[in-house]
Amino acid sequence: MTALSDSFLTAWQLVVAADARLAAIVLLSLRVSLAATLIACIVGMPIGALLAVGRFPGRRALIVLFNGLMGLPPVVVGLLVYLLLSRAGPLGQFGLLFSPAAMIIAQAILVTPIVAALTRQVVADEWSEYREQLRSLGASRTRAAATLLWDGRFSLSTAALAGFGRAIAEVGAVMIVGGNIDGVTRVMTTTIALETSKGDLPLALALGSILIAVVLAINAVAYAMRGWAERHWG
Amino acid sequence: MITRRSYLAALAAAAILAATASNAQERFITVSSTTSTEQSGLFAHLLPAFEKASGIKVRVVALGTGQALDMARRGDADVVFVHDKAAEEKFVAEGFGIKRQEVMYNDFVVIGPKSDPAKAAGKDILEGLRRIEASKSPFVSRGDKSGTHAAELRYWKAAGVDLDKAKGPWYRDTGSGMGPALNTAASMNAYILADRGTWLSFKNRGDLGIIVEGDTKLFNQYGVILVNPAKHPHVKQADGQKFIDWVVSAEGQKAIADYKIGGEQLFFPNAAR
Repeated sequence: MTALSDSFLTAWQLVVAADARLAAIVLLSLRVSLAATLIACIVGMPIGALLAVGRFPGRRALIVLFNGLMGLPPVVVGLLVYLLLSRAGPLGQFGLLFSPAAMIIAQAILVTPIVAALTRQVVADEWSEYREQLRSLGASRTRAAATLLWDGRFSLSTAALAGFGRAIAEVGAVMIVGGNIDGVTRVMTTTIALETSKGDLPLALALGSILIAVVLAINAVAYAMRGWAERHWG
Repeated sequence: MITRRSYLAALAAAAILAATASNAQERFITVSSTTSTEQSGLFAHLLPAFEKASGIKVRVVALGTGQALDMARRGDADVVFVHDKAAEEKFVAEGFGIKRQEVMYNDFVVIGPKSDPAKAAGKDILEGLRRIEASKSPFVSRGDKSGTHAAELRYWKAAGVDLDKAKGPWYRDTGSGMGPALNTAASMNAYILADRGTWLSFKNRGDLGIIVEGDTKLFNQYGVILVNPAKHPHVKQADGQKFIDWVVSAEGQKAIADYKIGGEQLFFPNAAR
């Protein structure tokens, strides 16, 4: 039990001391995962909506595919992006490996299926409700998809948060494509892995509880914003 | 209604986020190295001095020696700084590296339960390993093609233990870095071969202590190699060479010797002058 109480004490001390290096690491974690989630929403939400209202061959297969890809192993995505961005790989000339950009790419790939699959579910429920209405207005399916996305925007925030949660919590992909370089690509999860390697378990757990607190805070802010937005524009 | 304009605005926001997340252009080289140099804290001690002297930042990616060399083979590093002479010479012979220079050494130690159930304690690494095998005491292996793993396999061979035959539940192949393997050994109260630097900076020791040390066979040489620009044209040859010249210079060698944990020196500079 001493290890646990030690780590909470360490966490508290780190926060109180407003450790500059820790702040930089937290900030980088947030930037990378927020950017990845935003990209995933831009790509994944339209895909999800089209999968919900569209009628085209292979639609069912695509739905199963995206549902399945929600379980993509981060290490595999990391390895894939590593081989793509490596100097010997097809995108090697851009020199993106071991940069935050590489980490954003990997996390965006990881998160897009989650956003797409959850969006599809939300939009499909709306579609069954408003289908006749939209039809009678003569809306095309693409138009209907866009309308339903906007209509379900508050429910869709959950899809975005689920994606963000996945991104900020994963370590396998960012470790491989970022390289855990001190001051450049070291984020919360890779720092925790590193301190665990060094056998400093209380510090590792302290960092872990800070990460959880940050994620909780973001969810609380998102929830409050959603409530506020629903009252004003709902 | 989602309009094309709001969609484009979101795209722009993503681009801005992505751009701010990547650091401004700075002068840097990428060094692929081993977990022992990074986790022992040597680089954190060494690199600020080099950066101050040269204005070049060093980005270290810490992996096992085998992986570190592979990373350089793919062209993803400018310099390799590792510890497996045979593998390093092969790397140079294949044309991936220009020249191997020796930098420093430390030594391996056998870590194990302080009660030493295998009675392996002493100075003789080969005898120690034989006794661990004979008593089937739990032994944790890195199993990750790192320099330490390669050394461990050499010692078993020299001790006359045929691992393929002797392997059993007592021999745990963990496929992990030095730190995680030490964590495993600590929780299983097992024997393990470790480099002294990582051991000294390792905190979660449990009941483990040093069992075998001081055998000349346990000597662990580190080398540094510039990746060959003929294979990978984007290699930062000039800046990479500057780093190599610095670590083997009197100044760099002194900085290595100065690094201590709890008053104990971790690495012993021995570059050819």
